[in-house]
Amino acid sequence: MDRKLERILQKVQKPARYVGGEYGQTIKDIDQVRTRVALCFPDIYEIGMSNIGLRILYHTANQMPGVWCERVFMPWEDMEEAMRREGIPLYALESGDPVHMFDVIAFSLGYEMAYTTVLAMLDLAGVPIRASERKSLTPLVIAGGTCAYNPEPLADFIDLFIVGEGEEVNGELIEALTKARDEGLSKEEFLRRAAQIPGVYVPSLYAVSYKEDGAIEAVTPREGAPLPVVKRIVQDFDAAPFPTETIIPTMEIVHDRTALELFRGCVRGCRFCQAGFVYRPIRSRSKETLVRQAQKALEYSGYEELTLASLSTSDYRELTPLCDDLLEYCTPRKISLSLPSLRADNFSVELMEKIQAVRKTGLTFAPEAGSQRLRDVINKNVTEEDLLETCKIAFEGGWSAVKLYFMLGLPTETDEDVLAIADLAEKVLRIWKQHASNKKRGVRITVSTSCFVPKPFTPFQWAAQVPMEEYRRRVELLRSAIRSRAITYNWHDPETSFIEAVLSRGDRRLCAVLEHVQKNGGRLEAWEGYFDIKRWEAAFRDCGVDPAFYALRERGEEEVFPWEVTSVGVPRSFFRREWEKAFKGAVTPDCRENCSGCGAVALLKGGRRCDE
Amino acid sequence: MSKHRLHYTKTGRGVYIAHLDLMRTFQRAFSRAGVALRHSEGFNPHPLLTFALPLSVGVASVTELLDFEALYEPLPEDMEKRLNAALPDGVRVLRVYDSERKFSEIKWVSVSARLEYDGGLPEGHLERLGSLFSRESLVVPKRTKKGTADFDIAPCLGAFTILSRSDCQLTFEARLSAQNPTLSPGLLLEALEIYEPDLKPDFAAFTRLEFLDEELNTFR
Repeated sequence: MDRKLERILQKVQKPARYVGGEYGQTIKDIDQVRTRVALCFPDIYEIGMSNIGLRILYHTANQMPGVWCERVFMPWEDMEEAMRREGIPLYALESGDPVHMFDVIAFSLGYEMAYTTVLAMLDLAGVPIRASERKSLTPLVIAGGTCAYNPEPLADFIDLFIVGEGEEVNGELIEALTKARDEGLSKEEFLRRAAQIPGVYVPSLYAVSYKEDGAIEAVTPREGAPLPVVKRIVQDFDAAPFPTETIIPTMEIVHDRTALELFRGCVRGCRFCQAGFVYRPIRSRSKETLVRQAQKALEYSGYEELTLASLSTSDYRELTPLCDDLLEYCTPRKISLSLPSLRADNFSVELMEKIQAVRKTGLTFAPEAGSQRLRDVINKNVTEEDLLETCKIAFEGGWSAVKLYFMLGLPTETDEDVLAIADLAEKVLRIWKQHASNKKRGVRITVSTSCFVPKPFTPFQWAAQVPMEEYRRRVELLRSAIRSRAITYNWHDPETSFIEAVLSRGDRRLCAVLEHVQKNGGRLEAWEGYFDIKRWEAAFRDCGVDPAFYALRERGEEEVFPWEVTSVGVPRSFFRREWEKAFKGAVTPDCRENCSGCGAVALLKGGRRCDE
Repeated sequence: MSKHRLHYTKTGRGVYIAHLDLMRTFQRAFSRAGVALRHSEGFNPHPLLTFALPLSVGVASVTELLDFEALYEPLPEDMEKRLNAALPDGVRVLRVYDSERKFSEIKWVSVSARLEYDGGLPEGHLERLGSLFSRESLVVPKRTKKGTADFDIAPCLGAFTILSRSDCQLTFEARLSAQNPTLSPGLLLEALEIYEPDLKPDFAAFTRLEFLDEELNTFR
């Protein structure tokens, strides 16, 4: 180990974040490696290592002969400072080699508030942050993930974006790059060629013009680049790569367990939910595949916990038999099974009793809105009756903690809707009083609210966010309406939600803002103490950008959106129809009840159908 | 009884694994190695693993001991090999054996300390280090739960030997009280800072070498 590094590791918190060497990491013989990939996650180790997507991409890239993919995370403040002081550039964990010597620097973008961390990591790596200042073919800076569906706020920094599911496109891209390097192509020549790979968006090949009112006038591709770039998806999800031999961190991470991915996509059409639309069409794994993957992953890892990860786990068709089979393996081995993201409407008693057999944890539900009227507007098809019935069963079964998640500031929300949240929590408390099997333990009901952020590729993509003062007023209204001491109310600050709203529907004019914020110390802004709205306000002012234009403005029906350079397979007309239905309070049934014709099925080839 | 003892080393990247994380790491390594551990009884069962003495993060060791109880006997023949295939970099099992000796018999640990002086070794360092560490009394402040207390480390400090020297580096071995009370090697640096400030190195790294009992015999 580097002497300088050895010295600073003695002084920083949690040095295990920075040394690699975990069980299951991939080490390759450097003489056999032709292309090196630095897979970067713009957050700290504990968060990045908890990300299933990152594990899938690491695994699929390392399956390629001649390719070595390593991990890179953002260091915590103390380590970053020490690295800058000692002149140690950002390095990859497996080899310890500096990121600037890699062929590909790939970022996984899951959250808008990580954008400044992307820039900070490039800066710490000693790589120019602007794409135009990187003249040579390598390192090629690429990015993908959920945020890449609106790539525009990062357009000046990233050479190309992967739109859609990376396990499909990454291999093709890495091969194309290796070939281009062998042929001696320039960066421009390569980017022109790469733009022809389906699912690849090269921002430098598109010119954007603006109207006087600030909206986009036109997006013009050149050099034959496609418009829009349609997302790529895994066609056969049952056969899609799922790493069962993964890295097992030695230090504790956020999700320190084996996670199974039951399916991609979601049959629900909640109108605020970006994931629910951008991961369409729904594709699932068979029960047999899942049980086999669970056994292999648990055997390999030695983990003592298994969890089922998907957007809406209880919509998995064979959930009960799957749990039976998994428990049969887990129970004698003292492995616990946990099911997150259950819906209140089809949560079966049987299932709950089963999980209870291993370990009893708190229950979490997300009604999102307090009144039935508003739940209809957002198409969250959960009724109060379902929720209370589920709570009743849970309390009878011995549960004593319920968490309820809501959003404030949803389109059409009134004070009545806000107060309905307090009512609902009171009703849950009453149910506990009537039905709890063990009242001695008391009950904990937690109500949490966040400020609604309208997202691209959702029916609410036209919507205005409520101003921060208005959100705070509604928080106050709700807070004063919650009287019982058994109910705890937590609310998220609206400042990050406001910036998130700016970035999520932002365009290329925000690149200067992001650079300004990063240069003034912005990074790791999802962490308390790192986010500073003043830094953003200064950047908006200095760059002449009005954040309200992005966050607080309802868009006209015909306005061209920055993110329409990509397509998620669901057309604008579908979102508009849903937008209009929302204001009528008309619900759209889930995909299984009645196909709403969202169009995503066209992404499937060879006559495949959704949800098969 | 199905109690066994592991002798392992913790070096290189392994020195950064914290104590609780190491517990979890071994728990999973046993599982990967196909050896089921006996669990404690009670509401929240946990595997029965007992470390001889905790090791601070950043300190290396060539002698670490861990007791475990297996659910099924006998243990696989190739136990060491299986565990080593299941452990992260920097943690290596040397031997699995049975021992009746209790960890409470451990009285001393011998450690080596590597002190680095970027500007070269200070003048008269040998004599000064020797006399400092052989004082009758050497009081340093020690952080406790209730704040700081004076701690006389002299009685906890045994033989002190210089192992090697170069232009900018000096390595010595010392014997420190293992428990009741525990003298952590970091306190030696505190003593330097207080009593011989210019002997304080720019960097120091410690390695635990051996456990010793009351009679100064090797404890395994």
